[in-house]
Amino acid sequence: MVKTVVKQLKDKAIEIKKKKSFFKDLHDNREYLLMIVPGVLQLILFNYLPLFGLILAFKTVDYSKGFFNMDWNGFKNFEFLFKNPDVFTVLRNTLGYNLIFIVTGAIVPVAVAVGLSLLKNKTGARAYQSFMFLPYFLSWIIVSYLVFGIFDYRLGIFNNIISGVFGREAVNWYQSPRYWPTILVLLHIWKTFGYNSIIYFAAIMGIDSELYEAASIDGAGVWKQVLVITIPSIKPVIVMLAILAVGKILNADFGMFYNVPMGSGALMPVTNVLDTFVYNALKINGDIAMATAAGFFQSVVGFVLVLVTNHIVNRIDSAQALF
Amino acid sequence: MAKGSLRINEISNAANVLLNVIFILLSFLCIYPILLVIGTSFAEETYLNVVGYKAFPKVISLDAYKYVLSNAKPITNAYIVTIITTLTGTVLSTLMIALYAYAIVQQGFKYRRFFTFFIFFTMLFNGGIVPWYIVCTQVLKIQNTLIALVWPYLINAWYVMVMKTFYNTTVPSAIIEAAKIDGASELKTFFRIVFPIAIPGLATIALFMTLRYWNDWYLPFMLTSDPKLSNIQMYLKRILNNLQELLNSSSAAMQAGSMLAVVPREGARMAICALAVGPIVLAYPFFQRFFVKGLTIGSVKG
Repeated sequence: MVKTVVKQLKDKAIEIKKKKSFFKDLHDNREYLLMIVPGVLQLILFNYLPLFGLILAFKTVDYSKGFFNMDWNGFKNFEFLFKNPDVFTVLRNTLGYNLIFIVTGAIVPVAVAVGLSLLKNKTGARAYQSFMFLPYFLSWIIVSYLVFGIFDYRLGIFNNIISGVFGREAVNWYQSPRYWPTILVLLHIWKTFGYNSIIYFAAIMGIDSELYEAASIDGAGVWKQVLVITIPSIKPVIVMLAILAVGKILNADFGMFYNVPMGSGALMPVTNVLDTFVYNALKINGDIAMATAAGFFQSVVGFVLVLVTNHIVNRIDSAQALF
Repeated sequence: MAKGSLRINEISNAANVLLNVIFILLSFLCIYPILLVIGTSFAEETYLNVVGYKAFPKVISLDAYKYVLSNAKPITNAYIVTIITTLTGTVLSTLMIALYAYAIVQQGFKYRRFFTFFIFFTMLFNGGIVPWYIVCTQVLKIQNTLIALVWPYLINAWYVMVMKTFYNTTVPSAIIEAAKIDGASELKTFFRIVFPIAIPGLATIALFMTLRYWNDWYLPFMLTSDPKLSNIQMYLKRILNNLQELLNSSSAAMQAGSMLAVVPREGARMAICALAVGPIVLAYPFFQRFFVKGLTIGSVKG
């Protein structure tokens, strides 16, 4: 009896001590906590609070009932989503474009960065870098104007050349879906390769020059050096960017796919991606159920994909994993 | 810069020339579309209607600009919105990012691991636009306010990570320790000692945020319907989809139109675009090296 009372008292004392030490910790760290409070609030409101919204995917959305009182409807929203006739095209486009972007995003900027590092005239290298970086600074709205200037039926540069120089019939680009996969892939490369090549170029510049000297003494030519030293040295950067890209494989660049086709319905079969689909469901058709289900699918599959890719990379070479 | 260039084997002169030609072509491809828009904005309308868009038009006229600026109200308003949101957004977000990153690199901060994960996690997983949209419109109710064009972008996990790396690599912990021994508080240490040292890193973050706010069309597009809250990008987006809006925007414009022999429809569209892209192109040569530096910091893993 006495023992149990003593034990209880002891436990209580420990608990109080624990609490005290927790508050003491808070007090000791108050200045650091004060520093992160604005950021933490921001993250809670715009990043963590929306996570709760993911459960809307399993509910019948009805704002009048309030968030917690909306009725559960199981997987009905998902049934709706996958019965939608467009969903196959949308998934195909999203995955297809992103897979191509991952490949071109690894090859083109690396090739450009290697090329820049090989140039003998360093001022030239810096100038080229500046020019190639410029597209990154333009918004997709501006880019839409540029694309319009090139592909406009009546006045665009391309039709000018086709009918003016070659005497062929002008192409109605904005009504011809078959050209757009190529246009969008090239446009995506155009907008991002300068930016990414700077990251790779910096990585190449950080490579120990003794490695090249040693390889050169062993008789390796320049191109061989690129293959056995440069590329392997920047592999971690390539892998890191690829992991991040794989995790975003269901997230299409909304700015590009929404703005550049200028709302042309004829192009929808090749320009409709998950993000534009979700947007249209949310804001145009008011089909919130489908929008939440598609959004849920996008977020959760994306998260799983990052974890899986990272796990695989970890297995192969743990030094190159993201976390 | 020098490290990579010290290699003993250099490429042959022929290969160097070939590489230069390729890079000149690539550079040209990157700037040509911009020249096309700017050139067209200076082309005379009847000439333009015959020959199409031209980067270097032969018949030049300022009519498109006169026409657009005859009713300068919408574009001035759009510029004001952009400037206000860009300034406040850049200052607030840079401060928020700087403080957050500083706290999570301090060894003395007991919860730094937790809060590092707290922000890193947002890079891996997010709720998508629907819950985000519902939080903005149903919980925070910021739709159709100027705040909606600033608030949602204030913190950015990627830039916090960049800044964290920057502190780790360039702010010597000995200085911070010394300040603490002298009895300075954390906040005082940060603003008096760390802040001045970290200015190059902070400037980079500030530039990236400036670009983000300047180029943003997404927030006004998603969260506003009032044309008065259109920033420059949103205004451009509306004109792109509906040229008529520009042409009919006021009686003043119609008057200006009637005084000109030809209403510069196509020229006006490109003049608006040139007015929006102008500041970026003009500022670009001065700022791009800071961006390059920022990217270089960011590429260090950690």
